[in-house]
Amino acid sequence: MNDMSRLDKTVTNTTKISAKNVNVYYGDTHAIKDVNVEIEDNTVTAFIGPSGCGKSTFLRCLNRMNDTIDICRVTGEILLDGEDIYDKRVDPVQLRAKVGMVFQKPNPFPKSIYDNVAYGPRIHGLARNKADLDEIVEKSLRRGAIWDEVKDRLHAPGTGLSGGQQQRLCIARAVATEPEVLLMDEPCSALDPIATAQVEELIDELRASYSVVIVTHSMQQAARVSQKTAFFHLGNLVEFGNTGQIFTNPEDPRTESYITGRIG
Amino acid sequence: MTDISQSPTPMGGAAGQTKGGSLLTQNARTRKRNAAEMRFRGYGIAAIVVGLIMLLVLVTTIVSRGTGAFQQTFITLDVELLESKLDKKGNRDLDDIKKVTTFGYAPLIKGAMESTVDALGIETGLKSKELAGLLSKDAAAQLRAYVIENPDQIGQTVEFRFLAQSRVDGYLKGRVSRDSIENDKNISAGQLDLVDALVAAGVIEKTFNLDFIIGADASDQRPEAAGIGVSMMGSLFMMLVVLALALPIGVAASIYLEEFAPKNWLTDIIEVNISNLAAVPSIVFGILGLAVFINYMHLPMSAPLVGGLVLTLMTLPTIIISTRAALKAVPPSIRDAALGVGASKMQAVFHHVLPLAAPGILTGTIIGLAQALGETAPLLLIGMVGFIASNAPETIADGLLAPNSAMPAQIYEWAKRADPAFYERAWGGIIILLVFLVTMNTVAVILRRRFERRW
Repeated sequence: MNDMSRLDKTVTNTTKISAKNVNVYYGDTHAIKDVNVEIEDNTVTAFIGPSGCGKSTFLRCLNRMNDTIDICRVTGEILLDGEDIYDKRVDPVQLRAKVGMVFQKPNPFPKSIYDNVAYGPRIHGLARNKADLDEIVEKSLRRGAIWDEVKDRLHAPGTGLSGGQQQRLCIARAVATEPEVLLMDEPCSALDPIATAQVEELIDELRASYSVVIVTHSMQQAARVSQKTAFFHLGNLVEFGNTGQIFTNPEDPRTESYITGRIG
Repeated sequence: MTDISQSPTPMGGAAGQTKGGSLLTQNARTRKRNAAEMRFRGYGIAAIVVGLIMLLVLVTTIVSRGTGAFQQTFITLDVELLESKLDKKGNRDLDDIKKVTTFGYAPLIKGAMESTVDALGIETGLKSKELAGLLSKDAAAQLRAYVIENPDQIGQTVEFRFLAQSRVDGYLKGRVSRDSIENDKNISAGQLDLVDALVAAGVIEKTFNLDFIIGADASDQRPEAAGIGVSMMGSLFMMLVVLALALPIGVAASIYLEEFAPKNWLTDIIEVNISNLAAVPSIVFGILGLAVFINYMHLPMSAPLVGGLVLTLMTLPTIIISTRAALKAVPPSIRDAALGVGASKMQAVFHHVLPLAAPGILTGTIIGLAQALGETAPLLLIGMVGFIASNAPETIADGLLAPNSAMPAQIYEWAKRADPAFYERAWGGIIILLVFLVTMNTVAVILRRRFERRW
């Protein structure tokens, strides 16, 4: 496919998130072991690895969603634009407005499509008036590549959409708060191939404005959408580099085993 | 497993016979399993039938015994309001008119009865006192209240509907018979003959009795005048207190415990204790209320406010448990979604989780209220039972602080009085109470159906 041509590109951008010696513990379980990674701006970074390898856990560290889990403990440093997001002075709520998240299962609020997208801007006070808000909603839905499908029924419930539409609605909801980083936790695992293709196309477009981090089980997907790939195994970051290099010429034997289908 | 080992089919058997035996005949194991399933269905149906029969017996008993209370026997009389008896000075001074007690009205009633009987041409050997004895002791009071209200009617002849005394009422309802009154000093066979004649003449009739539903309790001597209305107000005010306190406290406690509280041994202890509180006998809450609210805080005895506070304590665990269940039922993905767009924990709870849990919370609250409405035991201890002949409260403060009873307590009070006429009223009260409870539960079901959302 023509997607393969992208593998050869080497991308160099400024660093957006940089993780240093990150360890995560769930109670006594050591889930993430000493991970160092640099995530660049305007780049899609894919986290791949077998189930339970810690890629979702690490993703959730990037916007401190793990804070909601009582027994979870994070050590090390994660810098967003040079600022430690685990600093005591950081309010996770403010952080999550900057680092948006899209989840595995489409989870629109059981409200109208409009309210789904408008919720974020409303609580962050991004719109001064109704016209402003309408504009943000339209812009976000356009970015979510779903505007044409829903523009005539903005006040219909978001839960009435199909799975793929719901997921694009969730992406539109995430971009409505003007984040700088977009985290996606297996965004296509509940979608059919056509909806997956639409979302992947969208991810590629989003790269222009955001740094996108995507966790995926599908190696083909990682190869198609990402420029950088990180391979996790048993809580370790085994290999991190340009997607083309990881998939064609991996340095670590474990990476090679995984991408050729011998483990995982 | 065993199915396989059990059926070693001989190879090359009869034509059409496959390895595991024919599918067209049931093997022994399948027959046994099917029989067990049929037996279980039989038990289930039997259990439901037994339950339905019990319910049917209960409902028929209540309805057959209680409907009598909604009808009452009235005697219609033309009473001449003699000026010579009621207003000797003739100046219509209200203070003077009020000085005439109910004893002063008795001769008027006797006269009215006599003239009615004479006018109808009924032959009776009864004395005028026995004639008037057909009427309730309430009649004179009713007459006096009318005269004080309308002093200008003195000297006129006015038509009144008086309550018949309870034996006459019972005679018309079949509760009292000529055999049962042999030793009864309240009524004689001669009076019953007169009742028969008056019924034929249309003077005595049995009609719907609104006063039973809206009226106040009456003394032991006048069961025909007793009503459940005032204690209904007592119950209403208690429910207001319960709703105003138990709902916000219960919901706030559940939200905190479910969404915010750290999970540690302290919250575990609190959780266990809330569950235990739900199982504490209600009379324990009653004695607690007596000790704390009345003896220590000196709130007024028998007040619906105190009753409401006690019932709040009782209802809280129910509300907390159902609210927590409703909050737990909201999928965590909704919380994640809200947190993911940068909502704070509280925004996530109040904007998204709580609206989704609301039908469950409402249902739990209504069921808790219905429980509290039917509760009698704690009210016995704080004095909300007994003869409370007050009229319906006029202000909200009055309703909260003036002594009152509650519907179940009133029913209990009637059931223990000697006169069988009160017994009928107790059953009637139960009908009204059940109507309330069924209505509340229906509302709960409707709310749940209407607002329940699916994901």
